[in-house]
Amino acid sequence: MATSPPASASAVGSSVPRADGPPKVTGASRYVDDLPAMPGEIFGRTVRSPVPRGILRGVRFDPAFDWSDVTVVLAEDVPVNVVALILDDQPILGTGKVNHAYEPIVLLGCADRLKLSRALQAVTLDIDPLPPVLDMRAALEGEEILWGTDNVIKRYLITKGCADAERERSEAAIDAALARCEVVVTGTYASHHQEQLYIEPQGVIAWWDEAGAHATGSIQCPFYVQKAFLKAFGLPADRIHITQSVTGGGFGGKEEYPSIIALHAALLARKSGRPVRMIYDRTEDIEATTKRHPASCEITSGCDRDGTLRALKIRVLMDGGAYATLSQVVLSRGALHASGAYRWDDVWIEATAVATNTPPNGAFRGFGAPQTIWAIERHLDRVAGELGCDPLDLKAKNVLRPGDSTATGQVLRESVAGEECIAKAIAASGYRQKRAAGPVVRGRVARGIGLSVFMHGAGFTGSGERYYKGKIAVDLAPGGRLRIRTASTDIGQGTETVFRQIAADAAGLPLDRVEFEVPCTTTVPDSGPTVASRTVMVVGSILEAAARELASRVREEQEAARQPRAAQEGQASSAAPPALSFEEAADRLLAREGKVTSLKQYEPPSYVRWDDEAYKGDAYPCFGWACDVAEVEVDLDTFEVTVVDFWSAADVGKAIHPVMCKGQIEGGSLQAIGWALSEEIVWQGGKIRNPRMTNYIIPTSLDAPPFHVVLVEAPFPFGPGGGAKGIGEMPMDGGAPAVAAAVEHATGIAARALPLTPERLFEAARGAEAPRTAAGRGERARRYRSSSTVRRARSICRRSRGCSMRSGGRSGSRARRRGARRASAARARC
Amino acid sequence: MQDKTSRPSPLRGAQSKQETAGEPNTGGGLLAAHLLTRRQFTAGSIAVASGLSALGSACTGCDTPARSADTSVRLHVNGTRAEVDIDLRSSLLDVLREQLQLTGAKKGCDHGQCGACTVHLDGRRVASCLTPAVQADGREITTIEGLSPEGGPLHPMQQAFIDQDALQCGYCTPGQIMAAVACVREGNAGSAEQIREYMSGNLCRCGAYAGILAAIQQAAPEIGGT
Repeated sequence: MATSPPASASAVGSSVPRADGPPKVTGASRYVDDLPAMPGEIFGRTVRSPVPRGILRGVRFDPAFDWSDVTVVLAEDVPVNVVALILDDQPILGTGKVNHAYEPIVLLGCADRLKLSRALQAVTLDIDPLPPVLDMRAALEGEEILWGTDNVIKRYLITKGCADAERERSEAAIDAALARCEVVVTGTYASHHQEQLYIEPQGVIAWWDEAGAHATGSIQCPFYVQKAFLKAFGLPADRIHITQSVTGGGFGGKEEYPSIIALHAALLARKSGRPVRMIYDRTEDIEATTKRHPASCEITSGCDRDGTLRALKIRVLMDGGAYATLSQVVLSRGALHASGAYRWDDVWIEATAVATNTPPNGAFRGFGAPQTIWAIERHLDRVAGELGCDPLDLKAKNVLRPGDSTATGQVLRESVAGEECIAKAIAASGYRQKRAAGPVVRGRVARGIGLSVFMHGAGFTGSGERYYKGKIAVDLAPGGRLRIRTASTDIGQGTETVFRQIAADAAGLPLDRVEFEVPCTTTVPDSGPTVASRTVMVVGSILEAAARELASRVREEQEAARQPRAAQEGQASSAAPPALSFEEAADRLLAREGKVTSLKQYEPPSYVRWDDEAYKGDAYPCFGWACDVAEVEVDLDTFEVTVVDFWSAADVGKAIHPVMCKGQIEGGSLQAIGWALSEEIVWQGGKIRNPRMTNYIIPTSLDAPPFHVVLVEAPFPFGPGGGAKGIGEMPMDGGAPAVAAAVEHATGIAARALPLTPERLFEAARGAEAPRTAAGRGERARRYRSSSTVRRARSICRRSRGCSMRSGGRSGSRARRRGARRASAARARC
Repeated sequence: MQDKTSRPSPLRGAQSKQETAGEPNTGGGLLAAHLLTRRQFTAGSIAVASGLSALGSACTGCDTPARSADTSVRLHVNGTRAEVDIDLRSSLLDVLREQLQLTGAKKGCDHGQCGACTVHLDGRRVASCLTPAVQADGREITTIEGLSPEGGPLHPMQQAFIDQDALQCGYCTPGQIMAAVACVREGNAGSAEQIREYMSGNLCRCGAYAGILAAIQQAAPEIGGT
């Protein structure tokens, strides 16, 4: 760079008001369903399979129904019936075989919404049901083949140390290494589906005109939709216009699924010749769209008597659902985080994703990592129990430090802050004192405290960034303004605000001189998807370079104007004031060149080396680090858990906007608490029994504990704004194991499966025949063996099931919502 | 906000019968272009948006009517009176959003479970998705668009939501703000615990509850309970 930007009030590092605040607080923001009706617009709906598996024999339309103004789209109307993503195995509309409940078969469009709902009832799908495979273990056993030759969507093997041998010998090698260890612990840890439950349901409006196909909607990744249209309609890219409308949350749920809605709406629009509005209602959204992959992790670890971790063997199994979607990538991230934030000499991790006859699972904040981090953190809590030490001591002793290597052999060099995060979280929470004091029992409430330590790979895995080549453009606009053009969408996480901060600082301009273009695939370059906590760290870094370059071109223009004048006046050029202001110089440059743009493409740091075949090397350019501490109260009669305080010390490299950064950590942690305690999809025969907000229970204001966030800044040298790393997903990783550890501290119940609902804790307490007598837990454990306590808890559970009718109304109070959930679970079992 | 306060009869339901034949159908291309920028979706969109609604209603007229009008109700929305022909089954939320183009109240669940559709009916907060529109006949309705004067200063609660960064995706925000204003006016914002209890019917999946609590505590003294 020729010149460095002049000093100005620094935007980076200060919490400016968010750019999208005013329209959002006045109701002026237009989310997709708020867009005014287009002329001739019709509504679109989807006819879905009522069974999880079967042969589709035909579709019947009630002859008594007036179909004259209803548009019908069947599989045969689809030019290329494939949702382009990774493996291209999912049809846009089901034909021949039905592979999961809610699979889309027929699309209907009509201007009259009430008639459209009646039309839905007038379609009959003739399906010969087949026995579904709903359990991932049954799918792995492979008695019934649903997918490929063995139901296995993807399998990875990660080996390190003595297990780093050819595949056949590696398992025997890790077994031998484990056999040599002084303390060996084995356990299996399960986690469950989670619905993203963004408050804005999914939706797209699509239409065709002379320019091609248009779709605008609630979309995280416009270029995914473009790719799907390229395949399905065979259109050139410049005739596909995918635009993001203001988006009411995504959390991964609007990463890949919107392609399907957009395809459906566009198919109806093509056939009807009208714009089509397709907005899911809440039930359809919960039933049909993707969820977090359930996972089971079988772990055997070996360590020395002093707690030095030595050998680790893990089998990860994930349920991909009926189609591959993003499962192989989710599985990869899960496998790469399965060894936790710790040093191991010898590692063997086998990760497998299988297909079942359940709706396809997909992206959700954390992307596989929360599932395996739940497992390894719970496992190490048990190892600490075996060693007779506090989990904190075991984890702090083994946490990765600079110079250590991960399970893939990645040697950590810079920006490694596990130890610092642990120290800060422990100091802030008073963990040691509270832990030493033992669980505090007052009346029927027991209070306990627990922690988790974790790291999260920032950005795409392995060679992802090299493959994707994300781009960004910054244009010079009249009046010395900058306009950012990027496909990185703002879905609430604050991209627009933070990008403006990064660009303003890089250019040395005030914040209000930077604009953010609405992401549309024909007007912005493909920055790569808005996923993997890569937006700020990866796309932000090329934005910084582009803004700096553009500003320096304007300053060169200023300099060029100053030289002649300075020479004329006989002054030393450096002392002369600029002849042109920044704005004037910018306009002159713009007038001369017509268009002034800086387009940048991302290049990963040169040291990043990754072997996709061997799964070895630098899995991520860097990691974020964190330590969560949860303090809970457990009602010993009802087994309700309340998180009363929550601390998180998180290393973000550099906080561009500290308030929004903390907001990400609080929000992610709260979703983790929901996943741990109350959120549960209740399945019956491959269908969802609780597809509503009253019985799929997300945290309310009453369930949100006070969050105490400590931002740790260990800068990543290649991050923007002085070293920012990704932060969006990491907060989802540590909440569940920290809460479970706190529940264990309070009650002695060592949960190995999520969620920790009152029923499950009750069952665990009842089943605790021979509770362990680790220090401070004996009293608690004995209490559960008391038959009177069990009887009381049982009667309370019965009462709460009986009073289901009380749970109506709009109050979201925790007790009522939980009552509703319990009632629903009870109904589902009946 | 929009034009409801200034024009005599700008509401689509009220005018749809009068404005059917004469309006030209401008076709999809023009609107397609309009739909492409978020700036027009958002803050600066008033003129464009109302223009679009007029065109939209014209088109509904020349097309098959999308709904049958069973009755008409008199609604006092954000200080403006409007007579709207409605289907008896319509919820207040649908009438506000689809017939009056007041899209600030959101449909998150349509079952009274999320609170995103919260509006004030005679000063009390209601879930407009669970409120039949006929029930609002002759009553005062305030939506997020009517909370602060158009072009004027924000309501203290709106300003507090910005100051405290009490939102992320913003979809629940109009409902949160309407509930928050009512919560204060009801006298239920006396303590953090009370606010959390009385705001627990409004879900926020982004998890901005701490900011929402802080915003209510900031704005409460300015609004004052009754």
